[in-house]
Amino acid sequence: MKNYLRGILKKNEFYLFMIMVLMVIVMSAINPNFGTLENGFDILRGTTFIGICSMGFLVVLITGGTDISFTATATVAQYIMALLMVSNPNIPVVFVILVPMVIGAVLGSVNALLINRLKVPVIIITIAMLNTYYGAIQFFSEGEWLYNFPEWFADFPRILLITFKNEDGVAYGLTSLTAIWILVALVTSVLLRFTMLGRKIYALGGNQTAAGREGIHVNRIRIFAHSFLGLIAGIGAIVHAMVTQTAAPNAIVGQEFNAVAAVVLGGASIAGGGGSVLGTLLGVLLIATLKNGLTVMGVPAYWHQVFIGLTLVISISVTAIREKMAKKNAGGINVES
Amino acid sequence: MMSEKTIELKNISKVYPGVRALDTINFEIGRGEVHCLVGQNGCGKSTLIKIMSGVEKPEPGAEIYINGELCKHLNSHISMSKGVQVIYQDLSLFSNLTVKENIAFRDNIRKKSLFVNWKEVDKIARKALELIDVDIDINAKVGTLSIAQQQLVEIAKALTGDLSLLILDEPTASLTGKEVRSLFRVITNLKNKGISILFVSHKLNEIFEIAEKVTVMRDGKIIGDFTPSELDHDRLVYLMTGMRELYKQPKPIGNDYEVVMEARNLSKNKNYKDISFKLKKGEILGITGLLGSGRTELALTLFGMNPYDSGELIFEGKAVKWTSNREACAAGVGYVPEDRLNCGLIMNQSIEDNLTITTIKSYLSRFGLINSGERLKALNTKVKELGIKFSMPEAAVKTLSGGNSQKVVLAKWLLVNPKVLILDEPTIGIDVIAKNSIHTLIKSLAENGMSIIMISDEVQEVLQNCHRILVMSKGRIVFEFTPDQITDKELLEKFNLA
Ligand SMILES: Nc1ncnc2c1ncn2[C@@H]1O[C@H](COP(=O)(O)OP(=O)(O)OP(=O)(O)O)[C@@H](O)[C@H]1O
Ligand SMILES: [Mg+2]
Repeated sequence: MKNYLRGILKKNEFYLFMIMVLMVIVMSAINPNFGTLENGFDILRGTTFIGICSMGFLVVLITGGTDISFTATATVAQYIMALLMVSNPNIPVVFVILVPMVIGAVLGSVNALLINRLKVPVIIITIAMLNTYYGAIQFFSEGEWLYNFPEWFADFPRILLITFKNEDGVAYGLTSLTAIWILVALVTSVLLRFTMLGRKIYALGGNQTAAGREGIHVNRIRIFAHSFLGLIAGIGAIVHAMVTQTAAPNAIVGQEFNAVAAVVLGGASIAGGGGSVLGTLLGVLLIATLKNGLTVMGVPAYWHQVFIGLTLVISISVTAIREKMAKKNAGGINVES
Repeated sequence: MMSEKTIELKNISKVYPGVRALDTINFEIGRGEVHCLVGQNGCGKSTLIKIMSGVEKPEPGAEIYINGELCKHLNSHISMSKGVQVIYQDLSLFSNLTVKENIAFRDNIRKKSLFVNWKEVDKIARKALELIDVDIDINAKVGTLSIAQQQLVEIAKALTGDLSLLILDEPTASLTGKEVRSLFRVITNLKNKGISILFVSHKLNEIFEIAEKVTVMRDGKIIGDFTPSELDHDRLVYLMTGMRELYKQPKPIGNDYEVVMEARNLSKNKNYKDISFKLKKGEILGITGLLGSGRTELALTLFGMNPYDSGELIFEGKAVKWTSNREACAAGVGYVPEDRLNCGLIMNQSIEDNLTITTIKSYLSRFGLINSGERLKALNTKVKELGIKFSMPEAAVKTLSGGNSQKVVLAKWLLVNPKVLILDEPTIGIDVIAKNSIHTLIKSLAENGMSIIMISDEVQEVLQNCHRILVMSKGRIVFEFTPDQITDKELLEKFNLA
């Protein structure tokens, strides 16, 4: 038991959690409107899209790669889905859900194929692909917004799995969309922790040469990771459209930094090989809470990025310092006195 | 029917840009045979191994038979499934994963399991470590282990799968006597079960101890196969290199020489205790002892990277308490670390850049640009002195053979010309002749006034090259002597170093 507790103290997640608790206490003290259950659920709902996408980004980051084009992927997937619904209101539900996921997975695997083929830094490739996908959708949509989706599409996000009522009698609680996010997180967690595929993803991020020698098909793992991110971006696209009830070609791109920040804040290693679902969840929540708190306190929006940036810098420094300390304290020789 | 030969290679060549690493090799290993492969740094041993394991593809026209079966498109998957397990010179570990997962990884891949059975992983790891009789925390991350422990994990890993041929590329380079003994016991056990072993080492006494057959390589070609009874140390060296070894004791130093560095009761919690010694100008001071005796920790302190708790360190007459290696460097201390592949090199950068990184300032022209002519000249002298073999100075360090990359780190520090040079295991993985020339070089540096601290597991190495030797055990200096006071056998017995 004692060992178990000590193990928790060593974990990055524990510190993130403590920071979050501290933040909530401070912000609630400053503004009592902040610390309500209703506001809590509001934060959850507001960050669902980023929360979902960050799960996919986490997987890619663990392989030692990166892929920031997922917002453009989501835009493409969302727009095509919206086109389908607008042109044919009676289109089967399965179709509406599967199409964006498949489009996401395909675009993701295109990225991976390029990365496997070209000996160009991955970040360059994905920046290029972000611009390609985004440019293409701008061109074909001519910037036109789509709305007037089928009824079920508007009804589904209103479903509450846990319901409370505020003093005005308005219901709030855990929405179906947040439940989707939790489901995605669970699946990702099982994938990473308990499947061989997940372990190979960690192995690849840890040492690519060794992964090849151990008989891991490095290229296939990379294709999987990027398709997984694409597929999840597709799910994110559906959720995003359900929240806004529109499909706008310029609504999503530009948010990729938030997901990247959340994953890194959650303790994932930029060099690959490290990171956890729990950490990422906490990272997402921390950023969302911070933003919401600043809004509630009336801090102008352009300061939000500054605060997020500072949080990121501090958290990365703390992680680095702790790692250094851990290395220092490791081992040791039993000096006879 | 089982074939008499575990592996048979015909007509193997391998060309890298600028070098012919292997030149029409024919090679075979018999069943249950302990076969040793020897040759100078860069002669192609590791390349040949990578061809057998399917990591590198030979030039067209090659034929590879494993257990009598022709393997047309060998890759690491196929070769592993046919029971060829390799321990690579640069190791193949995932430093971000735990010991147990590293050990059980192959097994899981081989079984094509979808899910990880963590209980099973635990069991496999424990069993494998028991086989080689070592005690390592299986839940520790591999990245936190010492290089010797990592080597042991790698050995344990190779024993988990189906085995018909176990290939060990310099497995003993960073192991001490005790671990080498248990490794040899494992090898004998495997041999008795009919498993073939291919063993590469630059420590020739090990070759004579376990080899049943010795294949000598030179410059990508095979010179011949021999039985140990046909060979002795000198002949083997001659076959490998075409040269003979020369030993000479270091020139004695006078009593009146000034003391450059002195430690007075240096102590650090959990590292070492009550360390006192004096290092004179031009002296070569050896430090030996078992793994985990605190030698490396002490060396790091002397280089400013591991500040001491109490005591005094005096450098050129002044008490110093360095807190970073930059201060130590500026004062004139150089340090060549033990784990050179990880700590001493920037793998993706060129040989040239790596070599001159410590001295880059001295090649700057008036406008602050690098004078590449000067730089190349400095580089060329060191390359010749140490016999570094490479295709071109612009090639990345990761294309060098294991031994040659070690030499690059060494050369890098020799270019700095420090007052005190600390060498942690200066000749790990370096071939006999190069070792000889490094020893000669160390001695001539000392004659020219450089003071040297040489840490080594190899008792013979310190006895032959040092003026004075300290033996450390459990963080303390337990013995101090000069080489004429004791023979290597006595030393080994006295401190149980073997
Ligand atoms: N990936 C590569 N690209 C270019 N050249 C290479 C590459 N790998 C090896 N070489 C070259 O091939 C030659 C043989 O290298 P190899 O690693 O097989 O030597 P070795 O016999 O194992 O030496 P050591 O004892 O130092 O480990 C060397 O000249 C080396 O520089
Ligand atoms: Mg080698």
